Amino acid sequence: MDYINLFVRSVFIENMIFAYFLGMCSYLAVSKTVKTAVGLGAAVIFVLSITVPLNFLLDTYLLQPGALAWLGAEYASIDLSFLSFIMFIAVIAAMVQLVEMVVEKFAPALYGSLGIFLPLIAVNCAILGGALFMQQKAFSWIGEAVVYGVGSGVGWFLAILAIAAIREKITYSNVPAPLKGLGITFIITGLMAIGFMSFMGIKI
Amino acid sequence: MLQIINIMAQEIKNKPEQTAGLTQNEKEARKQEMVLFLSNTEERESLFSKANRKLVTDPLNDDNPITVQVLGICSALAITVQLEPAVVMAIAVTAVLAASNVIVSLLRNMIPNRIRIIVQLVIVAGLVALVDQILRAYAYDVSKQLSVFIGLIITNCIVMGRLEAFALGNRPWKSFLDGIGNAAGYGLILIIVAFFRELLGSGKLFGYEILGHKGATLAESSGLYAYGYENNGLMLLSPMALIVVGIIIWAQRSRNRKLIEA
Repeated sequence: MDYINLFVRSVFIENMIFAYFLGMCSYLAVSKTVKTAVGLGAAVIFVLSITVPLNFLLDTYLLQPGALAWLGAEYASIDLSFLSFIMFIAVIAAMVQLVEMVVEKFAPALYGSLGIFLPLIAVNCAILGGALFMQQKAFSWIGEAVVYGVGSGVGWFLAILAIAAIREKITYSNVPAPLKGLGITFIITGLMAIGFMSFMGIKI
Repeated sequence: MLQIINIMAQEIKNKPEQTAGLTQNEKEARKQEMVLFLSNTEERESLFSKANRKLVTDPLNDDNPITVQVLGICSALAITVQLEPAVVMAIAVTAVLAASNVIVSLLRNMIPNRIRIIVQLVIVAGLVALVDQILRAYAYDVSKQLSVFIGLIITNCIVMGRLEAFALGNRPWKSFLDGIGNAAGYGLILIIVAFFRELLGSGKLFGYEILGHKGATLAESSGLYAYGYENNGLMLLSPMALIVVGIIIWAQRSRNRKLIEA
């Protein structure tokens, strides 16, 4: 039950885009058509579900204060958490590079359709944000980290899918010229975020 | 060096078969060319020349990283509830952007192409870790408010964007100015959004009550609150940041018609 709660929370209530505004740059840049949005969203789900558990392992056994106790009792007092940023980002960049190479070898069609988006994900705030929030939440075992990673990815995917669909429709609307494109997208995203706030406080 | 130039000039003067068809002006021109070529004097740009100043002033309006280049949106929205964290974030991003631009520009000829993203990320991550530790030491309350978002400066698209677009192909001083300019543009938008959100959402600026004090009843209130004014609680919520930025974009593009998308 806890996992479903965690999943629903990370998709709707703590949505990466609407609650924390992470990954906005690629969200705004890639949401002009639904096709590209789906491609990027799928890639983000993939990367998040791999990197959040990996970073969880790194955090639990290396970076947390007292994490090094498995090496020996005298190491229990070492606190390496100041290395978090560098280690997380190194893991993320390396994983994205690895995923890119694997996808290119085993699924060339998918690689072709994802194109430039895959390497772009390494610098997507949502990925690093997912890892940092995971660190704050202090999960007890890796299963929770996996659920959180997948949930965050699905939430991001939902958001970019929705805005892409809306942007495709409003190309035929009477938007004032200075608002066209970026301006109206900001305002619509803001309204969608207000809508998503209705999920606050839901408990399963 | 000068002696060599003089000798070569003499040579040109004393080679009638080479310079036979040329008029006096053309001979002069050739000599000048030779002098320039030999002494290798390029026109050195002054430190604050027009082009360099443009690097700093363009991102403030025409080429603003948030409203035009669509970079650095993430942190611009989430931490603008009050002015103080917004100002601290702007300063932090300025420091990171300027320093990383200079470092990457100095190393630009040594970074192999395949791993350049990883190298850039490591440089920026190191600088952000430094900034984070400094903030925790000297401004602990603000760093708690900013929490995750200091770490997210690493993936702040402005930093990566300017590294890729500018620092990898330009010299250190220009890269430094470009970093300062873009960080200033980013900071400007941050401060404008935070200004409106804090003023309209809680009636304060930097924590100081501007619109008067809100007491338990109308009689106990002072300033605007005595007339029944209420704070706009919606402004404190994150979605309003998006709408405020949308309005800023509207205003900017109405004034500057060139920025309107097709």
